[in-house]
Amino acid sequence: MTALLDPPRATGAALPGWRATLLVVEGLWTWYRRNWRATVISSVLQPLLFLVAFGVGFGTLLDRGGRAQQVIDVPYLVYLAPALLAVGAIQNAAFESTYPVLSAFKWQRNYWGVSATPITPGQLACGQLSWITLRLAGSGAAYLLVISLFGAARGPGIVAALPLAVLCGMAFSAPVVAFAATVENDGAAFNALFRFVVMPMTLFSGTFFPISQLPEPVRPLAWISPLWHGTELTRGAALGVLELGPALGHTAYLAALVIAGVLLARWRFRARLAR
Amino acid sequence: MSDALVQARGLRKCFGDIEAVSGIDVDVRPGEAFGFLGPNGAGKSSAMRMIGCVSPRTAGELQVLGLDPDVDGPRIRARLGVVPQQDNLDTELSVRDNLHVYGRYFGLSRAAVRAKATELLDFAQLTDRASDKVEPLSGGMKRRLTIARSLVNDPELMLLDEPTTGLDPQARHLLWDRLFRLKQQGVTLILTTHYMDEAEQLCDRLVVMDGGLIVAEGSPGDLIARYSSREVLELRFAPGEQHGQRAAVDELAERLEELPDRLLLYTTDGERALSAAHQRGVRPVSSLVRRATLEDVFLRLTGRSLVD
Ligand SMILES: Nc1ncnc2c1ncn2[C@@H]1O[C@H](COP(=O)(O)OP(=O)(O)O)[C@@H](O)[C@H]1O
Ligand SMILES: [Mg+2]
Repeated sequence: MTALLDPPRATGAALPGWRATLLVVEGLWTWYRRNWRATVISSVLQPLLFLVAFGVGFGTLLDRGGRAQQVIDVPYLVYLAPALLAVGAIQNAAFESTYPVLSAFKWQRNYWGVSATPITPGQLACGQLSWITLRLAGSGAAYLLVISLFGAARGPGIVAALPLAVLCGMAFSAPVVAFAATVENDGAAFNALFRFVVMPMTLFSGTFFPISQLPEPVRPLAWISPLWHGTELTRGAALGVLELGPALGHTAYLAALVIAGVLLARWRFRARLAR
Repeated sequence: MSDALVQARGLRKCFGDIEAVSGIDVDVRPGEAFGFLGPNGAGKSSAMRMIGCVSPRTAGELQVLGLDPDVDGPRIRARLGVVPQQDNLDTELSVRDNLHVYGRYFGLSRAAVRAKATELLDFAQLTDRASDKVEPLSGGMKRRLTIARSLVNDPELMLLDEPTTGLDPQARHLLWDRLFRLKQQGVTLILTTHYMDEAEQLCDRLVVMDGGLIVAEGSPGDLIARYSSREVLELRFAPGEQHGQRAAVDELAERLEELPDRLLLYTTDGERALSAAHQRGVRPVSSLVRRATLEDVFLRLTGRSLVD
């Protein structure tokens, strides 16, 4: 037994917000560094499957047929690939923002451990969201490589699509994190979220076909979907057809969702941890 | 200003309609081991969470380390070590990583945290498990790691919420030994417990809580002297039979408590009361003369026993 404590010398210092946020990210990174193998497959695999099934399989059929070309004027694989970048971001956002967050409150309880340190609940929420941002960027970059290998990238615009896809993912993640921080039960609500929000959003946000093909009455549903705005941005950037006005509009909508989500998440973290 | 590390006046905590803490006054002095003793639901954890500056108070005054938690929560927390009632270690990380990550949350440098972790692993007798994941560790080991983790920032004040609940006797004694060492090194301890032996072992001073209120305060010896006799004679009967024997032994004791299967006679001389009871024809299933404990104090104050 060595002398454990010199006279106590705790710092007694609060942490500036950016520092606390980085430290939370570092804590999550420590976990990831040891456990990344389990996540890397699933986060790239799903968009990859979509790419093969629809882009290659279904796309070949489309490109041969006449009528589709009146709506889509590039090879279907090229049309689909950047949109799948946004879909991947949304799906990874959905996974990263639900069970891991609930678990840190309820099962693993490590948020409660953090709440006893100088880090505030609001800073913790920001750290968690920053970490998700990095995860989305990482998975997106990996997927980008895969796209290039498939020859589905058409020039450097696809690189600009990556941050736009991350923005799209975070526009969904931040509100979902706020929601997950509110869930008290075993997370059955997440099943509903996946089934009734993520799934329809994936199908009807202009990923596989333009929303002009949707029946008139359901089109407004696509307009509120962050994925539609993200798809317009990523596809527009990748194909080099993005115009300034719409680009600003889509970006503003997504940014507004991010900001609202961050504020909500901070509020819910505070309400749960400091009660 | 007093030199108290914790000073509470009329401290209250409500959760909706539930009043968990109903106005308590507490002073904890530097270097002492201070205890909250009380049954489940007494409001101990709620009080600890307010002192730990995670749970805002509903009403009353509170100063921790001379600061107001509502204003300076993060700065106070930087100087506290907290062992929560329920472990919240990261079970998917290694023992050492738990210490590293937690130390970093206090803004300590990587080098400082590394050195501290090695020292704390030794303190918690977990050096040989340092690179194992936390998940498979025994309850006692997890608890020791939680205590080690709470020391990573060199706290001036430690808050331990039921540090040994659910542990076997051996693990408890090991933990008590570690807490003694901390106390010797001048760390102020506040702990909650519903074990009277733990309170007697560790606490210089304690408050007995029940239903959100403090019902008594003092050193364990004080409390026993004030609220109990020196010795207790326990007469055990088949459950239900004890009541009929009450009248026969009533005048042998200063005070008498009736539990479902026994009578407790509070007296200065237990052996003499026992032979007097035998002379009166009382035939208990078994009998026991023991020293009075905090359990007796609690029974006197609330009419209930501490651990049901
Ligand atoms: N977060 C909470 N929400 C609602 N009620 C709570 C909460 N925490 C504690 N309580 C209630 O407050 C009372 C005191 O609980 P607690 O402080 O945990 O007591 P103890 O630690 O002495 O067992 C109990 O009735 C408990 O149900
Ligand atoms: Mg408790």
